[in-house]
Amino acid sequence: MLAYAFRRLLLAVPLLIGITFVSFVVIHLAPGDPAEMQTGDLSAEAKRAYEQLKTEFGLDKPLYVQYWNWLTRLIRLDLGRSFAPHGRPVLTMIGERLPITLLLNIVEMLIIVALAVPIGVLSATRQYSTFDKVTTIFVFVGFATPDFWLALLLMILFGIQLGWLPISGLRSMNWEYMSFWQQQWDFLSHLLLPILVATFGGLAGFSRYMRQSMLEVIRQDYIQSARAKGLAERVVVGKHALRNALLPIVTILGLSLPGLIGGSVIVEWIFAIPGMGQLMVQAAFERDYPVLMGNLVIVSALTLCANLAADLAYSFVDPRIRVSRRRR
Amino acid sequence: MKHRSLARLGAALALVGLAAGCSGEAAVTDGKVGANTPAYGDTLIEASIGNVSSLIPNITSDQASREVGSFMYSGLVTVGRDLEIVPELAKSWAFSKDCLTLDFKLHDSVRWHDGAPFTANDVVFTWETTVNPKTPSPYRSDFQDVERVEALDPYTVRVTYKRPYAKALLSWGLSILPRHLLERFVKEGKLKDAPQNWSAPVGTGPYRFKEMKSGEKVVVVANQDYFKGRPNISRIVYRIIPSQATIFLELKARGVDIASLTALQYKRQTEYPAFQKNYNKFRYPGTGYTYLGFNLKDPRFADRRVRLAFAHAINKKELLDGVVLGLGREATGPFRPGTWADNPNVKGIPYDPKKAVALLAEAGWTTRNDQGLLVKDGRPFTFELLTNQGNDERKKIAEIVQASLRDLGIGVEIRILEWAALLKEHVKKRSFDAMILGWGTGADPDQYVVWHSSQTGPDELNHISYKNREVDALLEAGRASCVQADRTRFYHRLHEVLAEDQPLVFLYWRDVMPAVSGRVFGIDPGPAGIRWNRDEWFVPKYLQRYTAG
Repeated sequence: MLAYAFRRLLLAVPLLIGITFVSFVVIHLAPGDPAEMQTGDLSAEAKRAYEQLKTEFGLDKPLYVQYWNWLTRLIRLDLGRSFAPHGRPVLTMIGERLPITLLLNIVEMLIIVALAVPIGVLSATRQYSTFDKVTTIFVFVGFATPDFWLALLLMILFGIQLGWLPISGLRSMNWEYMSFWQQQWDFLSHLLLPILVATFGGLAGFSRYMRQSMLEVIRQDYIQSARAKGLAERVVVGKHALRNALLPIVTILGLSLPGLIGGSVIVEWIFAIPGMGQLMVQAAFERDYPVLMGNLVIVSALTLCANLAADLAYSFVDPRIRVSRRRR
Repeated sequence: MKHRSLARLGAALALVGLAAGCSGEAAVTDGKVGANTPAYGDTLIEASIGNVSSLIPNITSDQASREVGSFMYSGLVTVGRDLEIVPELAKSWAFSKDCLTLDFKLHDSVRWHDGAPFTANDVVFTWETTVNPKTPSPYRSDFQDVERVEALDPYTVRVTYKRPYAKALLSWGLSILPRHLLERFVKEGKLKDAPQNWSAPVGTGPYRFKEMKSGEKVVVVANQDYFKGRPNISRIVYRIIPSQATIFLELKARGVDIASLTALQYKRQTEYPAFQKNYNKFRYPGTGYTYLGFNLKDPRFADRRVRLAFAHAINKKELLDGVVLGLGREATGPFRPGTWADNPNVKGIPYDPKKAVALLAEAGWTTRNDQGLLVKDGRPFTFELLTNQGNDERKKIAEIVQASLRDLGIGVEIRILEWAALLKEHVKKRSFDAMILGWGTGADPDQYVVWHSSQTGPDELNHISYKNREVDALLEAGRASCVQADRTRFYHRLHEVLAEDQPLVFLYWRDVMPAVSGRVFGIDPGPAGIRWNRDEWFVPKYLQRYTAG
């Protein structure tokens, strides 16, 4: 088991390097470069400034040299510095933006799981019942609704018509002058709408997976035997079926881990939440390569780790996989 | 991304692609600017779609950084209501007769936000910093004609120019930087690393830095020791909200106090009592105009009568109504309406299709072929009209122009191209027939780079390849003089010549339409927009909303 984990980890290194190389090339292929974005592109003076910035950023060197420099810095865990006029370290910038994105996405993920599992189980055990049909419709509506549109509707309803919730940002403008509990409520109220929007879309997929997985399990023979044994339906579903039905969900959960960091771009954008998603989009607009690459390397490293963790967890919870591996 | 003008007070011309800054003629005010008594206090909440990229405005070129910088820094001069140059850190100034030396007398009681005194040394340092090749400053070209800058005494600065430079005075609107804090960073070429660039900016401006949350907001508070007297509004929160739609919703929910409106928002979406009660809407011409430009190397367009016919054929009033819901004004030339360079006696070219037909006939376009197109020397009059993608206004204009010219018997094919491709493949290579683009203008009227016949190279801005001796002479005279009365004369004449010659068809200046919370008093919109007297804005005590200060 340990040897297996170790081997997978070793394999992940060249894979990660491969991913970063491809990303690096693709990012640099996009038309326009950061020096151009900062100097404009018409006058002769702008052209001089442009050449100077290019040298400063090292963009005048061949691409493979640039990549090699970037890679050698990465080994020392140095993600470089932003090309923006503030020139701050990429790691600091990510450090500032990460907490709020993590908070939002973890809460969102917990809510999704907490809702999707019961919805999935209930619709599976009562397949084609009214509940199943209603949730199916609801879930597909959620799946089909664009985030930004739903966000705007909710902002208009709760922010303007009813005036119950703030529209955007993280804190009210007089936050510093509130009491401790007011501050907590203020912060929470700013998060309600973004979480609602993000959850609504994510719920759909998850509850469908859960339903499908459950449907497969309850048709198995061992469920029949459990019923034949005279166990209560509650125990059959809740204990024997659910445990097995959750297996694929573990994989999917593992794969959503990188999403926790990548952030939901649209939600952050429209609600003006200064998280990772916003940082990434801004960096893409400004062609701020170090920030983009820093983000990418973290997300891809995490994806690889999550993949590995999911595989390991899988073999841990599912004896069949362990056995087959031992035979091989 | 294309929306950047070059200097805080505007360099010659912003780049192609209209910069939507704020300035122009004070024309319509829907607001009720009343006579309440000024009071100190309250918070003003502004919103910006762009991120702040640095807190030293001398090394940035984006609008958000420039606006935030203007709270905390001051220049030697600034611009007043009518875009005239007014003193700021300098008490007064004087040019020598030959316009080659410029002496500034500085205020002697100004202190930096950290308490250190401001002196002529800081001015010299700011110049050294700007021209230092290691400083990534977009303003260096403003100082390329400067021979030296010296401190004659602690409160007198002498600038010596190699040749007369019309924008000399205006270029000193540059934010002055503190030598005692930044000198060692500049020497090492590491100005970006200075704490003043991100966490602790120090200026002499009306507001002090309080805090910044990256990607969220910048907060500044009134500088009690500001040398012109502390501003009335005690705190300003500059929020970063990337989505335009969200800003508008925040405005409706009174979460933002000041924001620009689109034509549709101005006309249709804010015309309800609650909004009108809470906000004043303002309207004045923006900094840029839109035009229909020709490639004058094409013999058809080199003929003035053809260009004039086009100008007569386009109904500008209808165009304005159709494109910007009437929220703009006809352009008669390249100078911002209401500013000193603008010649109010120049009249626009009236809509007159009959005259257009006559002019074309005069130019030899008389016979029509079986498709109804005008033909000369066996070739029908058709051309390609280019504009950039993602600008709905320009697309609509192209369609209107197409329809108007079709009636005259001219075939127009519209092509909409991605910005970079349009610029690189067509504009720079001069391979186009005609195009619809815009010019942004700065605070100084010098437009040498756009109209002078020496500026027709691939990287230069005379895209249409315009050559006119009188225009050349006027442009040269205008930029070589430091006497405004003379310059006014040159530019008024230039305006006349351009209007007669129509090297391009001047279409319209689009209006800027900010909405400002109704509790803010003292706003006086002028050609420079509304922000020129921001420090005098106030909220009467009984209307103050935020107790914070």
